[in-house]
Order: sequence, then structure tokens, then C-alpha cells
Amino acid sequence: MTEGKLVAGSRLERVLRSGRFAVTAELNPPDSADPEAVYERALVLAEVCDAINVTDAASARVHMSSIAACALLVRAGYEPVLQITCRDRNRIALQGDLLGAAALGIRNVLCLTGDDVGAGDQPQAKRVFDLDSIQLLRMARIMREKGVFLSGRRLDVAPKFFLGAAANPFVPPYEWRPYRLAKKVAAGAEFIQTQLCFDVPRLRAFMAKVCDIGLHERVFILVGVGPLKSVKTAEYMRRRVPGIHIPDEIVERLRKAGSARGQREEGKRICVEIIQQVKDIPGVAGVHVMAYAQEELVAEVIEEAGLLPRPHRPTPPSAVGVKGPKDNQKLAPYVP
Amino acid sequence: MKRWPVAMLQDSPQLLEWVYRCTAFWFRLLNPLWKRIGYERVARVMIPLEIVTKKPLFGCQMCGQCTLHSTGMTCPMTCPKNLRNGPCGGVRADGHCEVFPDMPCVWVQAYERSLRMPIYGPEIHHIQPPLDRRLEGSSAWVNWVSGRAHALEMVWDD
Repeated sequence: MTEGKLVAGSRLERVLRSGRFAVTAELNPPDSADPEAVYERALVLAEVCDAINVTDAASARVHMSSIAACALLVRAGYEPVLQITCRDRNRIALQGDLLGAAALGIRNVLCLTGDDVGAGDQPQAKRVFDLDSIQLLRMARIMREKGVFLSGRRLDVAPKFFLGAAANPFVPPYEWRPYRLAKKVAAGAEFIQTQLCFDVPRLRAFMAKVCDIGLHERVFILVGVGPLKSVKTAEYMRRRVPGIHIPDEIVERLRKAGSARGQREEGKRICVEIIQQVKDIPGVAGVHVMAYAQEELVAEVIEEAGLLPRPHRPTPPSAVGVKGPKDNQKLAPYVP
Repeated sequence: MKRWPVAMLQDSPQLLEWVYRCTAFWFRLLNPLWKRIGYERVARVMIPLEIVTKKPLFGCQMCGQCTLHSTGMTCPMTCPKNLRNGPCGGVRADGHCEVFPDMPCVWVQAYERSLRMPIYGPEIHHIQPPLDRRLEGSSAWVNWVSGRAHALEMVWDD
């Protein structure tokens, strides 16, 4: 696979380049000004994954900013993936945030377009979209490789990021999706995290094409997976969450499970099955587990899918040059 | 409801790309003359001309940096997210827009049309640089010929 020189030296990058099956998980920052809330959520995830993605106002709903939450994670010795979207910031803010993120010790960045403001609870907001995800990727790459801003002005120290992008093989135009991925790789993506997969045959077709055009040798692909809590959640996601495709069979399976507890268990079982099928698809380098506000469930899924223990190599906060307050170590002990 | 000649033209990318090719040829040929007259003056004529042609045909937003031939002769600025490099991940199963459920996704159309364009079709795979927002409302044709539309590309290209 894509061995080679480390560009950022993050744990996620090392796991992927060493050829091991990577596991990342998603953390939604809290609606709170209390860092404890971030640590609490991270504590469950950190033991079971190689890196924690921190969402940037997912579904256009405000939470603690992703950079701040990532910085808290870095302080505590965890490995975050900063999700950064084009929805709320123009290119000036984005470049500044990238520099700031690197200074705070963040080494992985996932460049996204972002859900539209209309998906959230404040649809009155102005949508920015000064850049799109591919332009954002290329811009981060230019900052890293050429050491300049988009204007050509020189940076004193370039930000060293392991750059990621998203892909959604589960929505139209299906035939173009592999080529769009190729475009993201050309723009600078080194790893990809896909949208939630509930349709394995569709993913298989996508990955076949991806391997066909040789992309699996140039980029690490982590497939998005997640447990569905109930039929109600599934219906809600289908209706309200942009870009989610859940086949009828899956909803039917959940419905047959009956009680709330039964549905939760069945949802978990489906997720574990999907992980096991996805693992064997050529070109898949890992999974990205997402479960909105049910972090404990993520841990269970990863354990039951047989993905533990993780090859942990904790990066102590001092190694990335971040001096956090001492009591942060106490707040969120790192469990290797 | 769109009138049929407009709808038919919109869905004839092969014809439109040929028209583009001819116009581009003539504009480049006329460039020295335009330069002598002054781009500002030429733009005064071109802007109304662009509005009456590209607005009804492509829903032109006058971004001033026309990239139609690279995007399946479908205007990417009609995408609510103004995406210049392809569809977002929110496209609905029926191929409609995440933001406006009644509108077909601009990029689904763009891709289908690009497949029918023998000359410029493959350019849909090129990476489009960020927009120069100062050019909004100016003449894309004049910007293209005078090189104003390519100011950013020095840093941008690999």
C-alpha cells in the first residue's frame, strides 16, 4: 500500500502507512463551555481507536468549535482529526485556522465542504462556501508543500498536516464518485473517510472502480460505519441527514427486532456485520465509526468486530510541543 | 416551465461546446483590437450581451470567471453551495439537490452532459481554482481574454 515518508508523523498516519487496519471514531463536541464534557466523550473512544474525528458543527448545528475541542484532546494526549468545513469561513479564516491548528499540535485534518446551513437549527445564517472541499485541500497542501499562503506570501513555518477528505459513494452520480475521489487525491488527499455505509454491494462496486483506476495505491480509504439505535433513528436520518442512504432491508431488520432494546442490539449487530464484510474488500484501509451521541456504543461495536486491541503509540503532549495545564492529565488519563 | 428551445439548447452540450469553441477562437483573434479599444470599454458592451445570452440559457450569476466548457456546459454557480469541483455528498437518491429538493443537482446534470462532449468533456476532471470574488458582475469574456481571470493560478498549479 501507500508506504513512504511520513508527512505529519501523526499516529493515524503511522498506523496507516504501516499497513495495519485503522480505526477512527467520531466525537461530536458538546453544547458546553466545560472541557470536562469533551474529555468524558473522548475517554470512551480513545481506548478503541487510533484517532478521534472532531466534527465541525455537523448538520449545521452549533457545538463547541472543532479546533478548540481538538486542542483539548491534544493537551490530554489523544490523537484528534480536525474536521474543517467551508460553510462558515472564507479563505482568510481557513488559512489562519490551519496555522493555529498546527500550532496547537493538531496533525490530521479532514477537509470538507460542509452540510448546508438549512440542515441545522439556524437556517437564517449566511452560507459562506468561499472555497469548496477540493480547493481547501489544495490550499492546505500548498501551505504545507510550498510554505506559502494562497497569495504567495511566505510562511515562516509551514503546517505539517496529514490531509484527508470525505467521499460519499452512496449518492448520485454514482459513476462519477470514483473519479471525484481521484480529483481529491490529485488535490492532496492522503486519507479518505467515507459517509456511513449501509449498502455493502454499492461500496463494493465503488471500490472495484477505485482499485481499477489505481487509487487504492495512492490514498488510504476508511469506510464510514455506525450502529443505528432504532427504526425511528433510521427514519430520521433518511429524512433529515444529508447524504445518508439506508436500504429498506436494514430498516426492515431493525423493525423485526421489536423492542427498543432489541432494536439497539440489532443495530449493533448490523454494524458489526458491515465492518466484517468491509474489512475484506480490496483497497479498504480501515473503518471510521460514527454514532451520534452514543459513544459507548462505538466502543462495543469496535470490540465485537474484533478490532481490539489497537496498536497504541501514545504521543505525550510534550512531544508535540504543547504545554497544557498539569491538571489536564488528571482530567483525562490516557489509557494505553 | 421553460420554453422548449431553451430547454433543448441546455440539453445539447455538444452544440454548445462547439459554439464555445468558435466564440473563443474569435475572441482570441479580436484580443489585440480589444486591447487597443480598452478592455473597460469592451466590457461595457459585453456585460449586457452576456446577461441576455448566458442568463436565460445557463442561469448565469455573473461570477466573471466562466468555466462552462469544463463543467458540462452547466453553470456551477447555480449550485447553492457554489461548488466548482463537483457534487457535494448531500445529493439525494433521486439526483436532486440537498438544499432545494425540487431542483435537480447541477453536478448530476453537468456530469451527464460532459459525457456527451467530445472536445471539452474530460475537462470536468480538472481542478478549478478558487474564485476571484472581485470579478463578480464583470465580463467573463473580457476577463478571460485579458488574463484577469487567471491571476491566482501562479501559486495554485502544482
